[in-house]
Amino acid sequence: MTIQAPTTRPVETTAGRTKNKVLSMHEAIGRYVRDGDVVAIEGFTHAVPTAAGHEIIRQRRKNLTLVRMTADIIVDQMLAGGCINTLVSSFVGNSSAGSLGELRRRIERAEPAPLEFQEYSHYGMICRYLAGAQRLPFFPLRSYFGSDLPRIQQGMRKVASPFPDEAGSHEDIYVVPPINPDVTIVHAQRADRSGNTQMWGLTGIQAEAVFAAKRAIVVVEEIVEDDVIRADPNRTVIPALAVDAVVECSGATHPSFTQGYSDRDNDFYRAWSGISGDPVRLSEWMNEWIYGTRDHAEYLAKLGEDTTARLRVGQALSGRVNYGTRLEPAGNAGNLSKEQQQ
Amino acid sequence: MTLVAAETGVSASELLTIVASRELAGRNTVFAGIGLPTLAVSLASMTVAPDLEIVYESGVCGAHPSHLPETIADAVLITGAEAVLSMPVLFGYVLQGGHIDVGFLGAAQIDKWGNLNSSVIGPWDKPKVRLPGSGGAVEVAANSKEVFVVMRRHDSRTFVEELDFCTSPGPDRALADGGRVRGSGVTKVITELGILTRAGVRDELRLTAVHDGISVDQVRENTGWDLKVSEDLRVTPQPTVDELRLLRNEIDPRRVYLR
Repeated sequence: MTIQAPTTRPVETTAGRTKNKVLSMHEAIGRYVRDGDVVAIEGFTHAVPTAAGHEIIRQRRKNLTLVRMTADIIVDQMLAGGCINTLVSSFVGNSSAGSLGELRRRIERAEPAPLEFQEYSHYGMICRYLAGAQRLPFFPLRSYFGSDLPRIQQGMRKVASPFPDEAGSHEDIYVVPPINPDVTIVHAQRADRSGNTQMWGLTGIQAEAVFAAKRAIVVVEEIVEDDVIRADPNRTVIPALAVDAVVECSGATHPSFTQGYSDRDNDFYRAWSGISGDPVRLSEWMNEWIYGTRDHAEYLAKLGEDTTARLRVGQALSGRVNYGTRLEPAGNAGNLSKEQQQ
Repeated sequence: MTLVAAETGVSASELLTIVASRELAGRNTVFAGIGLPTLAVSLASMTVAPDLEIVYESGVCGAHPSHLPETIADAVLITGAEAVLSMPVLFGYVLQGGHIDVGFLGAAQIDKWGNLNSSVIGPWDKPKVRLPGSGGAVEVAANSKEVFVVMRRHDSRTFVEELDFCTSPGPDRALADGGRVRGSGVTKVITELGILTRAGVRDELRLTAVHDGISVDQVRENTGWDLKVSEDLRVTPQPTVDELRLLRNEIDPRRVYLR
């Protein structure tokens, strides 16, 4: 793996604030995910954009470098779909429920093909996104002293701090390079049509991953009217200026969950080790559930009412805050020039 | 190791969770990853350490779950929690910022200095077994004041003279690499056979307690280095009825972790 310094050019993006960016999942993946891309799919156990991963498999994307802190079931499925040849990750496992069969076959036995694996720790990945989002050449962290991780790859380097400490000595510190994915895909509860994205519960690394990317797809449970977003602007975790496509796809995270919308399918997580441990069974599962369904609506219909009913959640509404209004008459203050205001 | 279970009806997983929970007495802020550590912290907060704050690796602080969580990211940990943090805030400000008293970790291999392997068995580039890797373990080891390790298996393949791969180093290895050390590294290792303890930098793990029915020789035979034994070696008190009831009926009734 070669580590290159990042470009210092301004971000090239099609994102903007006012455009209607709503696309179907099929259109969004077709337009923004290309063979050979570096693709980040984030969501730390919560809000895993599974449906987007399935669509990448259906559209048979190849030679992707997949970047994901917690490589879990969706990564195993994308490996089985032949989409990935390089994985950048800090945790490769099926949560606490077992192993990822396809991933282990790829790494342990190069079956059916080898997989290049770039192994990090969680904070190493976080710092790579932070550097990427800010277009910095590297990011420092207090990890890796004495670890074997820097020996197996070039992505962790020790440098001396340029600033002396109280004793006049210069502390050594490890740094990691930026990640700038070609495209980042995340899931959230809701967004407006231009991509102002509101998220609650575990927000993980989603905002940093989106800002680090050249293009970003946000999948949401529901697209809402502008005034819903504007009634609670602090809940906008990702602003429209960083978003290229908004996809409405309810239930898109199964077997993961979306806080306030659907619960985690723990039975499916437990079943996955058995499915993926056997290549024949895995191939049958892929044919039935991914290649055999046209889109996520068909996948959910196939999952059935019993499962979706089991994963339904009740209501726990947030408290409300007062954003305040100015009490003097509003008039047309928003349109006044500075001179007029004085 | 079934010896303990056969004599007392307590499984090895239950025993080491209970023993681990007792070691948390007097601690305030604990960082917990996935697995038995989560159970031990839950049990401690119901017994020896009522003021214990658990910081989950998912970003939740001060959880007040209505149901028992099945994962560190369970939706019930979010609803009613005191704070839910993003990853940069959790790992950068809370953990690297120095707010964690005890980091709880598991591993596939450990050596006498408390260095941990959770990456591979065999060579890294052609592993016999690919394990999950660090997660946040490298950061927990580097930034917590002390680290407790829970090991399901205690044998010469898990307690090794030399790790197949060092994922999460203790302070001695960090110092040798030019790092500045912030905590003691691993101070307690709780296993199915007993408790190993280490004071901090330049101290090696030594046996300080054996569980009921376990001999010192048995522990030494199952340790891959010449294990030193403490002069005031103790025998672990039996699990109490209360500890077992909480663990079995309230904390993990569906046996997610208590295998």
